[in-house]
Amino acid sequence: MYQYDQYDQAMVDARVAEFRDQVERRLAGDITEDQFKPLRLKNGLYLQLHAYMLRVAIPYGTLSSRQMRMLGDIADKYDRGYGHFTTRQNIQYNWIKLQEAPDLLADLASVEMHAIQTSGNCIRNTTADQFAGAAADELVDPRPYAELLRQWSTFHPEFDYLPRKFKIAIIGSETDRAAMKLHDIGIQLVKNDAGEIGCRFYVGGGMGRTPMIAPVIGDFVPPLQMISYLEACLRVYNRHGRRDNKYKARIKILVHEIGADEYRRQVEEEFAHILTLGLEPPPAELERIKGFFADPAFDPAAPDELDLSDPDFALWVDQNIHAHKKPGYAIVNISLKPVGGIPGDATSDQIRLMADLAKDYSFDELRVTHAQNIVLPHVRKADLYTIWQKLEEAGLANANLDLIGDIIACPGLDYCSLANARSIPVAQKISERFGDLGRQRELGELKLKISGCINACGHHHAGHIGILGVDRKGVENYQLLLGGCEGADTSLGQITGPGFNEDGIVDAVEKVTEVYLAQRAPGERFVDTFRRIGMTPFKEAIYAKETANG
Amino acid sequence: MKTGEIKIITGNDLRTGDVVWWTGEGWSRHVNDAVEAGEHAEAVIARENAKQIVTDTHVIDATRTAEGVRPAHIKDRIRALGPTVRLDLSLKPADPDAGTWVI
Repeated sequence: MYQYDQYDQAMVDARVAEFRDQVERRLAGDITEDQFKPLRLKNGLYLQLHAYMLRVAIPYGTLSSRQMRMLGDIADKYDRGYGHFTTRQNIQYNWIKLQEAPDLLADLASVEMHAIQTSGNCIRNTTADQFAGAAADELVDPRPYAELLRQWSTFHPEFDYLPRKFKIAIIGSETDRAAMKLHDIGIQLVKNDAGEIGCRFYVGGGMGRTPMIAPVIGDFVPPLQMISYLEACLRVYNRHGRRDNKYKARIKILVHEIGADEYRRQVEEEFAHILTLGLEPPPAELERIKGFFADPAFDPAAPDELDLSDPDFALWVDQNIHAHKKPGYAIVNISLKPVGGIPGDATSDQIRLMADLAKDYSFDELRVTHAQNIVLPHVRKADLYTIWQKLEEAGLANANLDLIGDIIACPGLDYCSLANARSIPVAQKISERFGDLGRQRELGELKLKISGCINACGHHHAGHIGILGVDRKGVENYQLLLGGCEGADTSLGQITGPGFNEDGIVDAVEKVTEVYLAQRAPGERFVDTFRRIGMTPFKEAIYAKETANG
Repeated sequence: MKTGEIKIITGNDLRTGDVVWWTGEGWSRHVNDAVEAGEHAEAVIARENAKQIVTDTHVIDATRTAEGVRPAHIKDRIRALGPTVRLDLSLKPADPDAGTWVI
């Protein structure tokens, strides 16, 4: 893992001291809320429905056990004993007191963490493949490049006041586990026929009010020009992005309005200019960073066999374990989606347990996934049973990864001041309706994603089944979308028709799954069947009952 | 005390972020303590903002009945109660049916 150098630490410490002074001045009445609000948002501190909410940045979703333990301790010391892992691989605390926020940030800084640029119209925390450096199908480890992005984007003065927030994802595998094409910029590290590494730039994707899949703008940018190309992409956006209309201010609108070809032309022109300026970090810096991401000391004699005689353990292994690049090792996915639970929430004790497991069994490392789960990236297969037993005791051995119970849900109207409807109760009811694991496995891979408003923090556009909560004259109403998907075959969900109330949407989801089970061809996922048979059979099933009931 | 449809003032405690309601004399964490702000709402907000104890002050619609004060919009009812999915953290942790009040 990357470790702060003196500059990183000095910058974060200085920011804590600066914010402490700002908070003191606010509490003393020396500055108004209008003056203070942008300052606290610069430090990830929002005012939500019930209290201040702090969003902590977890760079490319990677944590050490020491950092994870601190996140658990913060939940106890400053919050109410739990945290919420988000779809941007971050963690949020819902009950923060302003007067305690500087001390919290100081505690974070003591483990090389912060909440900078987790809000505002700047470059947000870069996300990445949660299996980076561990996956068997990886071509290039994206973490050094993600760290370079972190350093480049942190406090970048030119991009501190963009037309709108800006989100970047980076992957190094054929399999896209980071919803890359639905970001402002997605970077895929690829290799050409000569074995050289290049960066493929997807620019102008996004969800929210106007979902769009990013087109390829740069097909094979040399890695040592990645930052210059990013500068070019951002400069064109900063120059022409719509600042007059918040709803048209994301880069996806710009790319769409002027067209990918024209946007690419402008980027290439700017890129050629930037290359003459020598803005690119020296190659030695990338090599220095790569040094932090060398493989841990894997045991070449680690046994590859696994005793699966315990059926519950065997189920968990089958569902939640991913292939590792080294024989004798596995990637463990810890699902934070118990039946009827709150997606992404973990108690302080659970957080500390996961930290301990990482320390004892995963070379001190954890990852947060955009699906609101936790990963132990480097686990000896011989240790899996012990880990599973410990997770089971803590209520964390939910064997439902990528099944319908593995629901993504934003905090919704239970916490979020932007939300129009509650997300979590819907997730809980669906989770309970499909609580039987055998039923979930019969349905196979089925990604269900719920957002409580059009901002789409719950990624409903990318759900095989998506749910969007809306406000209909003060009453919660839920629209159903089908056919969304992230990854190599990214697609956007289509709305089925009229919305439902809270119980109605659960029934509708069940009917949709029944159509799938009746119609699927061998080997088809839900989304494959939807693509083959189209919307009509699903609509007929969903709305038939309503018609019958008049 | 006026019943029926009323205008009440709410905000968040600057230090803690807690949701608070204007009682006519100060701020309470319980919506049932809220009073009709009426035509004086803007003056109250201006005066209270100047004290810088409560932030994000604004007027909302509500109804007062014998049972208490009920904000008109579900968002404000959730603000008044707490998260419906964590009633243990709400203002009515002992009432398992408290969540139905917001719907």
